[in-house]
This record gives sequence, structure tokens and C-alpha cells, in this order.
Amino acid sequence: MEIYDGSLDVKMIFGKWLDEESHSNYGAFIPFVGTIRDEEGIDGLSFDIYEPILQKWFDGWVVKAKTQGAIVKMAHSRGDVAVHTSSYISAVFSPKRRIALELIDEFVEDFKANAPIWKYDLKNGKRIYAQDRSTPMMGAGVLG
Amino acid sequence: MIQVEFLGPIGHSDMQVEASSLEQLSTILKQNPIVAPWLDKSAVAINDEMVLRVDTPLKDGDRVSILPPVCGG
Repeated sequence: MEIYDGSLDVKMIFGKWLDEESHSNYGAFIPFVGTIRDEEGIDGLSFDIYEPILQKWFDGWVVKAKTQGAIVKMAHSRGDVAVHTSSYISAVFSPKRRIALELIDEFVEDFKANAPIWKYDLKNGKRIYAQDRSTPMMGAGVLG
Repeated sequence: MIQVEFLGPIGHSDMQVEASSLEQLSTILKQNPIVAPWLDKSAVAINDEMVLRVDTPLKDGDRVSILPPVCGG
């Protein structure tokens, strides 16, 4: 798991990941790239991350993928990210394509629901929490 | 003493409180007008482990994190 300040250098990171696994004998590599769209008048997005719990969440996925002979990788931005650039990429490597296709779907959906990352719109010089697009994490409301 | 930290957009500095369970902590936090509106939609971790039960005990030196709704990606 990799955290970068600002936009991700997608080509560099994917290149690095491919080099890391070039001799691992994986038959499938399924990448996912999240790119910030120019919409609703935003200049970009901004992110807060709570890294200790994000790392534990990711480590759980490493174990889950390993049981299927696969590996997962991800990179995410911290701080401000401009429109038309990327803030999140992930990938699954596996011996065959079916496992990788299924895992990347599960992994990205669980990421959206349970990774401790908070998103803000950057608009007119303000940083506005994206409350309407945010999801309570598993177990939310225990103190409510 | 328990340390409580409020992550992401909650916008409250860390607090030091006396509480021996999450139930007690809940009662204390519900009295704080900035924090209270977040409680019913926030998850909780103790020493970076997610917890699901309000009767979870707390001990001196524990660090409780309040995690509001998330949106990575």
C-alpha cells in the first residue's frame, strides 16, 4: 500500500508494480484507475487518511487474496488532487483472469465502504466535506 | 485517562476523558455540541482496532478514534 501527497503518477506506479511482478508468473493483471472528473464546478478533491487503520484494512485484503493465489496492490493520494488526475489506483495479480476480475470488484467496493479516507470538494477556494457521497463504516453508530 | 481523537471532517481537537467503557464515553460525548451530531454515523476504534459493541471496556491509556462516514477513491 502506497500513500502519495497530491496526484498519483499512474504510469510510474503501474510500471513499478509490473516490474515487481515481472517474474512472479501471474497470468492476469487487472488494474483500476480512479480519475477525478470535472463536474459540479470543482477544482479538484482533497483527502484525509487515517493510515494505521487503512493499513490493517489493506493487510486483511492481502491475506484474503493470498488464499486465492493472488496479490492486491493499491496507491492513494493524500491532500489536494486536481481534476483530470488520479487519486486512487489498485490492481490484482493472479494466476488466471477470473480470480483477478472478481477480486478487483470486491476489493474496490469494500475500499469505498470501509477504507478510513475522507473526501472533500475543492471549490471556490474552500474545502467542503463530501458528506452526501460518504458511507458510514461497518459498525457505525456504536456511540450514538 | 482516555484519549479521544476525532478523524476527518469532525473538526474537534483531541480530548482527555475519564471513562471505563464506551457506554460512559458515549454519555460524555453526547454532551458536546460539535461531536454529538456525528456519533450515530461514526465508527469507533480503540487503539486502532475497530469495535462494534458499546459495552466494550476501556482502560487507562486507551486511545479511542471516532471515524465519520468515508469516501475514498
